[in-house]
Amino acid sequence: MSTPLVEMKDICISFGGVHAVDHVSVDLQPGEVVGLLGHNGAGKSTLIKILSGAYRADSGEIRINGDKVEIHNPRDARALNIETIYQTLALADNLDAASNLFLGRELVTPFGLVDDDAMEAECRKIMGKLNPNFAKFNEPVSALSGGQRQSVAIARAVYFDAKILIMDEPTAALGPHETQMVSELIQQLKAQGIGIFLISHDIHDVLELCDRASVMKNGKLVGTVDVKDVTDDDLLSMIILGKRPEGVNVQG
Amino acid sequence: MSQSDASDLAPGKKRSLIHTLELDLRLLGMIGAFVVLCIGFDIATGGRFLTPRNIFNLTIQTVSVAIMATGMVFVIVTRHIDLSVGALLATCSAVMAMTQTQFLPNVLGLGFEHWLTPWVTIAVGLAVGTLIGAFNGYLIGYLTIPAFIVTLGGLLIWRNVGWYLTSGKTIGPLDQTFMKFGGINGTLGATGSWIVGLLAVAGAIYGLYASRNNKKRHGFTVKPLWAEGVLAGIISAAILGFVAVLNAYEVPTRKLKRIFEAQGEVMPEGYTQSYGIPISVLLLIAIAIAMTILARRTRLGRYIFATGGNPDAAELSGINTRLLTVKIFALVGALCAISAVVASARLGNHSNDIGTLDELRVIAAAVIGGTALAGGVGTIHGAILGALIMQSLQSGMAMVGVDAPLQNIVVGAVLVLAVLIDIIYRKRTGEA
Repeated sequence: MSTPLVEMKDICISFGGVHAVDHVSVDLQPGEVVGLLGHNGAGKSTLIKILSGAYRADSGEIRINGDKVEIHNPRDARALNIETIYQTLALADNLDAASNLFLGRELVTPFGLVDDDAMEAECRKIMGKLNPNFAKFNEPVSALSGGQRQSVAIARAVYFDAKILIMDEPTAALGPHETQMVSELIQQLKAQGIGIFLISHDIHDVLELCDRASVMKNGKLVGTVDVKDVTDDDLLSMIILGKRPEGVNVQG
Repeated sequence: MSQSDASDLAPGKKRSLIHTLELDLRLLGMIGAFVVLCIGFDIATGGRFLTPRNIFNLTIQTVSVAIMATGMVFVIVTRHIDLSVGALLATCSAVMAMTQTQFLPNVLGLGFEHWLTPWVTIAVGLAVGTLIGAFNGYLIGYLTIPAFIVTLGGLLIWRNVGWYLTSGKTIGPLDQTFMKFGGINGTLGATGSWIVGLLAVAGAIYGLYASRNNKKRHGFTVKPLWAEGVLAGIISAAILGFVAVLNAYEVPTRKLKRIFEAQGEVMPEGYTQSYGIPISVLLLIAIAIAMTILARRTRLGRYIFATGGNPDAAELSGINTRLLTVKIFALVGALCAISAVVASARLGNHSNDIGTLDELRVIAAAVIGGTALAGGVGTIHGAILGALIMQSLQSGMAMVGVDAPLQNIVVGAVLVLAVLIDIIYRKRTGEA
């Protein structure tokens, strides 16, 4: 196997004595989609927030392309080309699509002033690819529908040459048509060699979109399996009972 | 773009005219209310309200509160509050009064009316205001004490630090050059005012032109040329009209005679001299422009509004929201110092009660000007207009002869009503 794009080794974090993530190791290859499954509170979002810089692990190490890295905050993560689409979408509702797309990385004029027109032009370009029906460029994102907001959040992750993409429940708020759009997008990004962590509740999503699935329960890793080797019942019993399927190669 | 925005399809001719000009409806509403207010007072006072003299006085009375209100917009936009601005103004004023009347002339031996005095004094005041503001911001941003508590404490602390420093004494007279920042003691005169007015018109037209060109360069749809022309016309007329009104206020003949006599000359028959634009008003305009650019065209401003709209999103986008809080409160501190210059220069001395209740006027100005306490929404020009409306209400009622308690009752009611109207407006237009 080649050097993994991301390795998270032996990660621990606790909040007030609760071990939210307890000695968990996961990895991700370029062009691979790894699903993170588990109940609410299983620790999957917490684990991934350590990678995206929102939390700092108590112990454990993160390697990107084999190099050990320190991620102290979201800026560090972005500098490593790690982009995150949060479940809550993390959009500033009072700003328009372009301002959200470039938030924290604004395009500026030679005088150092924010160049709104240039940002809007770039925003129109990328939205033209992602969601050609999108037209509300001059309105605050609070005026957008769930799907439109989702496409802004995705555009933000995709625009800045993400190598590693974290998607936290990307289809939770979407209708069937928009969910289909996200699936197609994941296939495209995969083909470009981007590694994706996909956090999901939906086993069928994971079976359809992912190459491997890591299942967590009560802060611990139950195991990582190849989705081709397992049935949805196998995954369900991993999630609910924490039981590894028999006769299947389980990592971790 | 081939697709049309849904809002472009809104019917109605009146709406579409406003739309073509891309005017801010809420701003228009506020200006409308202000105009009605002024005309109402003018009728009630038998034409004494809208005289050049009263308009001149209104503008210089508004400056101090308006300067602080521009900073309060940023504070409220980021979901904080600052109750200490009036107290901070008092401390800055006390420090500056002592600097220019005692420390520089006596301790450093510069004597009175040294050319350095006003500038060193202002620098000291700015440093004190900025430091105290930054300290408040540190307590709020890094130690996570609620802004309400930090600045409520600050209200007591800094009001009384000012008292303690001066032993409660009134300090004056202040430096002559320093007092030029106060209003009637420092104006540009007729010619200077016209020059400034024409420069402002040229600047505004260039701004419109540059923005249109930039939009065209990116292939966006732009307003029709006639709409730009109408807009440029309205702006030019407003600027030059304002200058004309201030120039129409002439220095009283008796005062002019005294000035000539002081120089050992005799005033020529029929000689007149206009006050023109006060330096303090020019200062406010400069601050308003700087703050508007800061709000709309800089990263700092963008982060302030993003943090107000969704603090978590801002944090996750890599914005250092704690440092941002320090910067905002430091900025407000600096603005308090500038307001302290204007307020003490206008009075000609530092008095112990300077800036009392200004925190409430400043917050009210920002809120009447459309700044939402829920965060994320607010404009600099709105806050200034809010300050002007408050001051007009107060002066107007005093001129009409409304009793003092009733004046405050009306101002309080207007504040609540303004917020109610804003809430209804936002519900109607579907904004957050």
